Amino acid sequence: MTSLKGFRRFAPGTQPDHLHPTYVSSIKRAPTKPLVVIPHTLSEITGPVFGREHINLKAFDLTKQHSGEPLGERIVVTGRVIDEDGKPVPHTLVEIWQCNAAGRYQHRVDQHDAPLDPNFTGCGHTLTDSEGRYRFVTIRPGAYPWRNHANAWRPAHVHFSVFGSAFATRLVTQMYFPGDALIPFDPIFNCTADETARHRLISHFDWKATVPEHALGFQFDLVLAGRDATPWEPPRLGGR
Amino acid sequence: MESGVAGEHIEIRGRVIDGDGVPVPDAMLELWQANGEGKYAHPEDPQDKHIDANFRGFGRVSTGADGEFRVLTTKPGAVPGPEGKPQAPHIAVSVFMRGLLRRLVTRIYFPHTPANDDDFVLNYVEPGRRGTLIAKVAGKDNKFEWNVILQGEDETVFFDIGL
Repeated sequence: MTSLKGFRRFAPGTQPDHLHPTYVSSIKRAPTKPLVVIPHTLSEITGPVFGREHINLKAFDLTKQHSGEPLGERIVVTGRVIDEDGKPVPHTLVEIWQCNAAGRYQHRVDQHDAPLDPNFTGCGHTLTDSEGRYRFVTIRPGAYPWRNHANAWRPAHVHFSVFGSAFATRLVTQMYFPGDALIPFDPIFNCTADETARHRLISHFDWKATVPEHALGFQFDLVLAGRDATPWEPPRLGGR
Repeated sequence: MESGVAGEHIEIRGRVIDGDGVPVPDAMLELWQANGEGKYAHPEDPQDKHIDANFRGFGRVSTGADGEFRVLTTKPGAVPGPEGKPQAPHIAVSVFMRGLLRRLVTRIYFPHTPANDDDFVLNYVEPGRRGTLIAKVAGKDNKFEWNVILQGEDETVFFDIGL
C-alpha cells in the first residue's frame, strides 16, 4: 500500500477556519478541540464516482425546471474544475444552489420577506467534461438580509459543491459576482485570510460565455488540491 | 442503499448536537465506505476484490427537526492501511451545515471489533476520545447509534486531512 499518492495540503490561510466569531453561526458549531491530523489512506484517496446514469442531464439549466420561465436576469455560469497543478478534473459532479432574483431561497428555513418564484427552485447539477469544464444556465441571484449582525446583507452568491476524484478533495464554496458593493462587508467572504485566495471567490464577467440576445456569462474556476508528487511514506504510529 | 447489496445490512442512527446541546436541524452528512468485502468502488483501489454492482459506497443524509439522521447500509469490510496492516472497518464521514464554511471530517467505527485496537487512524487519537468514533450497539438486528457532538466534553473527534 506504500504506492498510494495522497493529496497536498492547502497552504495556510487559503481556506476558512471552522471558527469565525464574526460569522455568528460558527460560534456554537465549530469544534473547540484541535483537529487530529492524519495522513491520507485508501479511504481518503478514493471517493464516490458519478456517471451520466446517476444524474439528471437537464439539471444544468435552472431556468427550465418549471412550466414558465423564472423572473430575473438570465446568466450563464461556466468554468473549469482543475487541481493546483492546473490539471483538469474530468467527469466530476458539480452542484449549485442559490436564492431567486428577489433574494429568497425555496427552503423552509428562509423567512425573508421577498417573493418566492414558482418557476425557480434554485438547485442544479452537472458533470464536468473530459477537460474539467462545466456550464450552468440560471438567473442572477439577489442579495438578501440575514441576522448575523445589525443591517447585515449577503452579497449575491451561488453555492457550489464539487467532489473531485477523492473523499479528500471534497469542496463546498460560494461564487460572488464582480463589482458587488457588498462583498467587502461580507463576514463569510472575509473568513478566508489569504487575499489572493479570497478573491478567487469572485467570478469574472466573460464575453465568450455570454450568449447574444440571451444571457450574460460569468466564469468561475474551482481549484482542488493537487496530488502529492511522491507516493506517501507512512509515518510512525501514535504520533499524536 | 440499493436493493440486492451483499453483506451484513446495518442501520446507524444518531443526532447532530451543537455547543448549547441543541440539535442541529440543518446539517447534512455524507458517508463514503467500502463494500462488505472491503473494496472501494473507485479506480484507485488496487485490491483484487469484487466491486458490488449494487453498492457504490456513497450516501447523503440530512438531519431532521430534532437533529436526527438514519442511515441504512452494509457493514464495510476491512480495507488496507499503511504498513501492510488492514484498517478496522469504518465509514468516512463529511459533516456540512450552516455556520461551517469548511466541512468536518470524521469516521464511524464499529463496537466489539478487536481490529480497532490496532487501527492506524484510531491510534492517532488520544485513547480517551476514541470512543466518540465508535458507534454503540442500539438494540438487536445490527442497529447502531453514533452521534456528532460539535463541542464540549464529549466532542466528536474531527480530523484534519489538510483540505
